[in-house]
Amino acid sequence: MTDAAELRTRAEELLAAHPPATTDRTTFLKARFDAGLAWVHYPKGLGGLDAPRSLQAVVDAVLNAADAPDNDPRRIGIGLGMAAPTILAYGSEEVKERFLRPLWVGDEVWCQLFSEPGAGSDLAALGTRAVRDGDDWVVSGQKVWTSSAHVARWAILIARTDPDLPKHRGITYFICDMTDPGVEVRPLRQITGEAEFNEVFLSGVRIPDAHRLGEVGEGWKVAQTTLMNERVSIGGSRIPREGGMIGPVTQTWRERPELRTHDLHQRLLTLWVEAEVARLAGERLRQQLVAGQPGPEGSGMKLAFARLNQEISGLEVELRGEEGLLYDDWTMRRPELVDFTGRDAGYRYLRSKGNSIEGGTSEVLLNIVAERVLGLPSEPRNDKDIAWKDLAR
Amino acid sequence: MTKAPTRSTQPDLLYSEAEDDLRAAVRSLLTDRADTAALLTRAEAGTPYDAGLWKALAADMGAAGLLVPEKLGGQGASHREAAVVLEELGRQVTPAPYLTSSVIATEVLLALDTETPEVADLLAALASGRTVAVLAVPLSASPYGPLAAGESRVPGVADAAAADVFLVLRSDGLYAVEAGEVGVEAQTPLDLTRPLAAVTVPGTAAATRLADSDAAEAAVRRGLLAGAGLLASEQLGVAEWCLEETVRHTRERHQFNRPIGSFQALKHRMAQLWLEVVSARAAVRNAADALATDSPEAALAVAIAQAYTSRVAVHAAEECVQLHAGIGMTWEHPAHLHLKRAKSDSIALGTAGSHKEALAELVDIEAP
Ligand SMILES: Cc1cc2nc3c(=O)[nH]c(=O)nc-3n(C[C@H](O)[C@H](O)[C@H](O)COP(=O)(O)OP(=O)(O)OC[C@H]3O[C@@H](n4cnc5c(N)ncnc54)[C@H](O)[C@@H]3O)c2cc1C
Repeated sequence: MTDAAELRTRAEELLAAHPPATTDRTTFLKARFDAGLAWVHYPKGLGGLDAPRSLQAVVDAVLNAADAPDNDPRRIGIGLGMAAPTILAYGSEEVKERFLRPLWVGDEVWCQLFSEPGAGSDLAALGTRAVRDGDDWVVSGQKVWTSSAHVARWAILIARTDPDLPKHRGITYFICDMTDPGVEVRPLRQITGEAEFNEVFLSGVRIPDAHRLGEVGEGWKVAQTTLMNERVSIGGSRIPREGGMIGPVTQTWRERPELRTHDLHQRLLTLWVEAEVARLAGERLRQQLVAGQPGPEGSGMKLAFARLNQEISGLEVELRGEEGLLYDDWTMRRPELVDFTGRDAGYRYLRSKGNSIEGGTSEVLLNIVAERVLGLPSEPRNDKDIAWKDLAR
Repeated sequence: MTKAPTRSTQPDLLYSEAEDDLRAAVRSLLTDRADTAALLTRAEAGTPYDAGLWKALAADMGAAGLLVPEKLGGQGASHREAAVVLEELGRQVTPAPYLTSSVIATEVLLALDTETPEVADLLAALASGRTVAVLAVPLSASPYGPLAAGESRVPGVADAAAADVFLVLRSDGLYAVEAGEVGVEAQTPLDLTRPLAAVTVPGTAAATRLADSDAAEAAVRRGLLAGAGLLASEQLGVAEWCLEETVRHTRERHQFNRPIGSFQALKHRMAQLWLEVVSARAAVRNAADALATDSPEAALAVAIAQAYTSRVAVHAAEECVQLHAGIGMTWEHPAHLHLKRAKSDSIALGTAGSHKEALAELVDIEAP
């Protein structure tokens, strides 16, 4: 059993052997992974120590205090939050050893080839085909809205392996090599003018069977692990008061008395209270996790933050009055990261529209809360026993 | 440029095991002894209180003395535990002078010089549950507004009919006045489960002086602030009951050959309400913890909890009536009692708006 004291000692040993001030970032991260201090709840040899998840906080505290370099969850979010737990649960030993270390260190960025033009909320309706050919699978189809596809080395991919079965049963889960000649990534210019996202065209992409996660036809079950972790990873971190989008607008209010009106005052106060309450609810969720009582609140946090981000940034554009009529830059760029704080209010307003769509729309999340948290009955379905190829499209 | 204050220590937003036990005990007492039918019968007869229930809760269980230190005759617990009691009282909309006597009046006395025998004796009596004291201010009084001292007739005083003693603010200090010296004229309340009365204290009434005017005003404000903070827990209890009952009902009720809870228009409304209730719980725990630890942020935490939770309780109760539809409009179904409690709670001890105004000053978001 690994306890807090032992982890503290290990973290101090890591710092002594690789002083952050004189060690380059990647070297430090690799050493941290090898010391089992990357994600302590992972198995030994895979960046962890089989310790309780809650003890990660102990390690983080020691390393933060020493100003040690950390990995960048914004850059490697999909790999860290979604691919890794799925690989851990379903990958062979070789797959785990091959992929987890470069993923965590940030040497290899991941993307998620799930959504398709015809399958968004109804993800299980996807049509990208994977056909067996000897030791390989040959994949063809089109994915869309793929964040980071232009910088990703690897992708998690779901594809249809049997169109004659009902939609949930004919899907298989793969790891796709983004450098395969059959993968074409095209920027998808979005509402903000830039292209954070991509369309991905797959034509005759070859994937070795060794890069399949889970059994053939069990891809939907595997995808559930990915999607569950997507929701858990949102809202888990501790933010200070005024740490989110409410920060910049409140600062503007304080610094620019000439912009104030009574109507805006009332709305700002309401949103300030709601942002603070959402922050407290996130903190309560975190305390529950640490106390070993994981609650369903996580699915709620994404809903709350999506609405708040949209309302707050909308208010901010209005508060700026004349300036709110302007936009900072419409240049078509392909950024690697979302830059919420480096850009103007108008950018925040437009980009936050995606917060209620990405990772499941707010409508779909409300269904999930209603059914899985409140236990309300599901709606009648007419797609359960029909072969995928016979579904309405 | 001023920065919004940030606290150094993290508040504890969970419930302790002792708090869970206390909740279980209070809930089982209330389910046994305070069912809706009995409550309605008493309320209609104009005698909403159940003396036996009060004795069981306040005296036998020791709930009345939670805020009072042991050396003054109480349980030496804190606002965190009192908040749990209020959540349960809110769930059942139980008529009991808990908020008024065991929280507000008790908190006023605790803010005075507890070495004085008059104060100490009265506190001990309140803590034992034998005596009920009520601060003679309108239920709508906010911790921030002007305090009217020395008014002869004070309308809208909650639980006056149950009071043995009134705490009366006069221009020269705070006084304890026995109920027998005071005129209590019942008013018809919107919330049948929290009776209101106009209280008249004649100038000639025999009164025991408890504090001079400066100490009195500070103590009364502290009482109202703690009252507002813990009222948020009562509001959470109301909201929670409304959500649970609505979910239960819509799972069972069938229309169009389906449970109505399978209609997405209804599911989304309940899921939204759930999110509000979960958020409110964090806010009210934060307020109770800040009061319990005497945090410098207590006033801010109370303002946030009130500004948020008032609205959630009313929303939950309104949804409860609407999604129960016909049956929700009937006198027999308890939904109306929760709606009436939620709505009058949203005015009690400062409206959401007044708490937001207070907050604007605390976090430096100045009005135009
Ligand atoms: C900013 C952003 C980033 C993204 N990143 C990625 C990524 O990296 N990888 C990836 O694979 N995908 C990604 N997506 C895709 C995203 O997951 C889908 O857009 C999303 O699931 C919705 O699918 P859709 O766009 O096809 O909308 P649709 O499914 O067509 O939905 C249209 C509308 O119908 C509503 N609706 C649909 N079904 C129901 C229902 N059952 N009940 C009630 N309402 C319903 C929706 O809520 C929505 O309002 C991203 C999307 C955005 C906007």
